[in-house]
Amino acid sequence: MIFSINVQSPPYSTQASYTAYRFCKAVLAQGHQVHRIFFYQDGIYCATRLAAPPQDELNLYDKWQNLAKENEIELVVCIAAALRRGILNLEESIRYQKDAHNLAEGFTLGGLGQLIEAAVNSDRMVTFGN
Amino acid sequence: MQKKILLISRHAPYGSSTAKEALDAALAAAVYEQSLSLLFMDDGVFQLLKDQQAQQINQKNFSSILAALPFYDIENIYIHQESLKKRIIENKDLLIEHAAILTNEQISTLLNDQDHILSF
Repeated sequence: MIFSINVQSPPYSTQASYTAYRFCKAVLAQGHQVHRIFFYQDGIYCATRLAAPPQDELNLYDKWQNLAKENEIELVVCIAAALRRGILNLEESIRYQKDAHNLAEGFTLGGLGQLIEAAVNSDRMVTFGN
Repeated sequence: MQKKILLISRHAPYGSSTAKEALDAALAAAVYEQSLSLLFMDDGVFQLLKDQQAQQINQKNFSSILAALPFYDIENIYIHQESLKKRIIENKDLLIEHAAILTNEQISTLLNDQDHILSF
């Protein structure tokens, strides 16, 4: 079965995004496919490369990146939600004349159409958060 | 391939960005030419109240976005009856006139009828 995941909660303050991660691991372990993980609303904070959690705590940022790399899963961050909240890639930092960019490697910025496309091309779309 | 997608909006219009970003997703789905239905329940029914004065808190007014839904061909709009009742909201208080008000039983039929549910 093909799954897509919609992550709407931030990485640290609530558990939902970690549960989303664990759900992805479980889906893959059972032989299913994950087509796309879409980060929307406060879920976009999962894509910062500037978070520095203490070493003895969970580093969900790294976990998302490794999961995507090992399984060739797309990590798409809603561009409108990200720009509003200050997550930018190089291109957007130039466009808006900002002095830095902070989108982590492995994540791409994309439109909300990609959330809908993920639903259309998956058997299940599972939302975490809200 | 066209799929039946139901977007459920369960949060109040202001105080958090959830309701606004739910509507943004609804408009994206409509542009993508999917068969989209929209269900307002729980505190989401507050989005439908007339006479919102969002400018007082420097927010965009919800009513103008909601009024635009038919232009995006989003015509299947549903409201959960019990959520209205619990919040003492009557039909005359609603700014959308073409929405269907559904009982719990009808809601469960609606949910069963979908390919995907996006929950906000």
